[in-house]
Amino acid sequence: MSVPLQPPRRLIEITVDGDPVRVPEGSTVLDACSAAGKDIPTLCYGDTLTPKNACRVCVVEVEGARTLAPACSRRAEPGMVVGTATERARHSRKIVLELLASTADLSTTPRAAEWIEEYGARPDRFGEEAATVAQPAKVDNDLYVRDYSKCILCYKCVDACGDQWQNSFAISVAGRGFDAMISTEHDAPLTDSACVYCGNCVEVCPTGALSFKSEFDMRAAGSWDESRQTETTTICSYCGVGCNLTLHVQDNRIVKVSSPHDNPVTHGNLCIKGRFGFQHVQNVASQEDAIPVSGPVSSSVSGSAPGSVPGARTAPADG
Amino acid sequence: MDLRFSDAEPSAEERAAIDAFLGAPTTGWEGGIRSDGDLRVAVGGHEARDRRDLLLPALHAVNDRIGWISEGALDYICRRLTVPPAEAYGVATFYSLFSTKPRPARVLHVCTDLACQARGADAVRRSTEERLGPPGMSWQPSPCLGLCERAPAALALQAGEFPGATVYGPAEPAPAPTGGANGSGAANGSGAANGADQAHDVGGAAGTSGTGTTGTTSGAGGADTTSGAGTIGATSGAGAGGAGRAQDLSRLGGLSGMDATGGPALAERAEPPAEHAVPQAGDPSLVLLRRVGIVDPASLDDYRAEGGYAALREAVRIGPAGVIREVLESGLVGRGGAAFPTGRKWEATARQLDHPHYLVCNADESEPGTFKDRVIMEGDPYALVEAMTIAAYATGCPKGYLYIRGEYPRAIGRMAHAIDVARARGLLGADVMGQGFAFDIEIRRGAGAYICGEETAIFNSIEGFRGEPRSKPPFPVEKGLFGKPTVVNNVETLVNVLPILAGGAAAYAATGTEGSTGTKLFCVSGTVAKPGVYELPFGATLRELLTLSGGATGTLRAVLLGGAAGGFVRPDELDVPLTFEGTRAAGTTLGSGVVLVLDDSVDLAHILLRIAEFFRDESCGQCVPCRVGTVRQEEALHRLSRRPTAGDIALLREVGQAMRDASICGLGQTAWNAVESAIDRLGVFSPSEAS
Repeated sequence: MSVPLQPPRRLIEITVDGDPVRVPEGSTVLDACSAAGKDIPTLCYGDTLTPKNACRVCVVEVEGARTLAPACSRRAEPGMVVGTATERARHSRKIVLELLASTADLSTTPRAAEWIEEYGARPDRFGEEAATVAQPAKVDNDLYVRDYSKCILCYKCVDACGDQWQNSFAISVAGRGFDAMISTEHDAPLTDSACVYCGNCVEVCPTGALSFKSEFDMRAAGSWDESRQTETTTICSYCGVGCNLTLHVQDNRIVKVSSPHDNPVTHGNLCIKGRFGFQHVQNVASQEDAIPVSGPVSSSVSGSAPGSVPGARTAPADG
Repeated sequence: MDLRFSDAEPSAEERAAIDAFLGAPTTGWEGGIRSDGDLRVAVGGHEARDRRDLLLPALHAVNDRIGWISEGALDYICRRLTVPPAEAYGVATFYSLFSTKPRPARVLHVCTDLACQARGADAVRRSTEERLGPPGMSWQPSPCLGLCERAPAALALQAGEFPGATVYGPAEPAPAPTGGANGSGAANGSGAANGADQAHDVGGAAGTSGTGTTGTTSGAGGADTTSGAGTIGATSGAGAGGAGRAQDLSRLGGLSGMDATGGPALAERAEPPAEHAVPQAGDPSLVLLRRVGIVDPASLDDYRAEGGYAALREAVRIGPAGVIREVLESGLVGRGGAAFPTGRKWEATARQLDHPHYLVCNADESEPGTFKDRVIMEGDPYALVEAMTIAAYATGCPKGYLYIRGEYPRAIGRMAHAIDVARARGLLGADVMGQGFAFDIEIRRGAGAYICGEETAIFNSIEGFRGEPRSKPPFPVEKGLFGKPTVVNNVETLVNVLPILAGGAAAYAATGTEGSTGTKLFCVSGTVAKPGVYELPFGATLRELLTLSGGATGTLRAVLLGGAAGGFVRPDELDVPLTFEGTRAAGTTLGSGVVLVLDDSVDLAHILLRIAEFFRDESCGQCVPCRVGTVRQEEALHRLSRRPTAGDIALLREVGQAMRDASICGLGQTAWNAVESAIDRLGVFSPSEAS
């Protein structure tokens, strides 16, 4: 597989926490910080998406700037002097973590607990009556679940669904301010929306607000255990594109499918078949298995999951 | 994009409203009647998608006609404009003047913001609630309506074929209607009757008997209509001549539904002319306000007789580079609040190789306590048309957008009229003044969102997206509206260009101080004897301004400078010079020129709560520090107003610092300013205050 070579880029030098770092021109401050071995927390940053810089947890102090800069989107400029661990930067990160953790359920957000510890954030100090986004999870199809009580409004799902990858535009941010939330038009169920169940929004969700139905049910049942899961990358067998699939397997059953973000074909994106059409490989298992069987939505994938709805032909329309 | 629509159909009226704005659909693909011929045409590509910027005016068209936007109407708009329904829903729910839930055609917006709060908004709110029931349906509390000199104020918007608006200022509970003293029944009944009368109000020239229809289109509704309606307005304006128009327009300033008996909740009265807001009107020392109250705002001839269009002639004489040089040398800085040198902005835009360049005039004046731009647009609309033309000439923009907040129906009507007349007289259009440059102005109407006054959010709003600020860099001078180099200026900033060109940069810079040249408009409101817009040279002190406006009505407690994003000064600090550098040195800001006077009758904690509520309501929700921080700030202030604790003050400081440091735009960055200054300078919530 050939990947076109980029023209050589000039290196520029910036200073990160007092140390010079050389990065190719066009790199972001986050790239430079990574190159310098700094661990900057990020939430709304996605390696396959244009930075939205909405969460502000990656802010760093740039010398001479009035406000802090989001490392994920600010381009490195020659001579820039960046402080990643200054008091101001750490303070803002701490408050952002407190604001988020007091608002949304971060229990399934990777590294959130670690950062809260590291920055000494105390989300409980806003009191018992602090407003939250707590709400019941939206379970309106058999493939994936939207649990917006975990949503931090990072816009990544909207970008993945919209003009950055899928071009389906099934979801958008609706409302304003604290009442803003990810929504289909008129808050309609996904089955009435433009959703094509590619699951690319699930792939980029940083908090687990969007998850496979299989994962959601297993978490509810208490049987989800990532330490017992293996990840196997293979090639999707549905069509000739040859997308890479990473099968997450627990107890010899596929529980989730992702795709490597660095794959030049998929960039982490899949279609409904690759993402959710795995059930047929394990239908041989006993129906009494503890893991709930998640079949695809019959209406949206009829024909793509052979035999999933045997005998489900409806009566003729006129009779 | 692969659009998927629902089965919801628009009603005939909704369809008519949208078609009146967009024209009839040509194919079944766009929601017209399906025919076999549709299978032979493709509707798509850039041509179909390039009309996204018509989304906001299309939503207005439905909201103006029906009062709210139904599923079927939204779907139809999306078909017409090739916009994904989810995105259109996101846009419709962003603006507070729109509703996606059914509501009555007439909605009363009762201002509960700072200036009105200081002058009895609570009583208006209570009496409205008694008569109309809980907020949400036929009435709703509103952020500042920009009618602060007439506080407490309210604005009724009436949907219908001839949408109308009624301004209540000062809003007083209506005398009990003679027929049925029981409020809500009478209110609902009178809605339709009022609507017919109010057509005069927004509709501009609708007052003249025979021209009802044409006149209405040149008003608020027609403001958005680019093609047909504009032309009708222009022709009738030019044809009828100044005099006829003048009469119609002076009616604008006056009655609206005065004949209607048993008004809904508030006493109706004539809306006073614009100069009512200018206590200094007629004073020969005025520069920016000199024509307000002197000229007929409808008459281009009046405007020219008072020196109008001399500045544009001078601009053409010295050329674009000459104009920029004059503006640079004048030392003019932006009056919207950020005080960026205007000449540098123009120069940077003019130099960009990418074309076309755009001009955006920011008239989304929504900072609580600010109403100067409204007074200029209502009292001297041609000045803004001329100033925009000069700015466009200097920076090479063939098109300018005038973005006026939706709460300013009279300003929209007058600007629409002025633009039509200027176009008809060759002062706008393909060949301005016969000088070989093209420039035209399109009015865009906001729909209730403070954030759209942010210099990049305004681009998203015009383009038909949610009015969320963009991250900078890139700055507007490189990539602004439609991704092109854009110069965006406030109304007051632009009209300053007229005296600069008319008298020369040196004469202009002779007024004011070294760091702040020229004169400044101050919006004096609150508990003060003579509220209004005052014009003073930079460098005058706050004490002089207060003396001019008759002083506080009671014992002065504090003055809020710069609005909700500004800072308080104490009665012992009144000698602060009103300049950008002077206020900064005193730890406050000039902001947009708000001078909100608070005497001891005003509950300061209540004012702070209103400020916090304002930012919570108006945060766009994009970034975490602002979206959640403004909520936590309001929660802490509620706790503090019950029982001051050091812990909550520390909490406010910490959250405030993070909002200031880490928010994307100025809204979040300044959301804690006023609260901080009240705590630090006025000692609100200090132990002594608490006891």
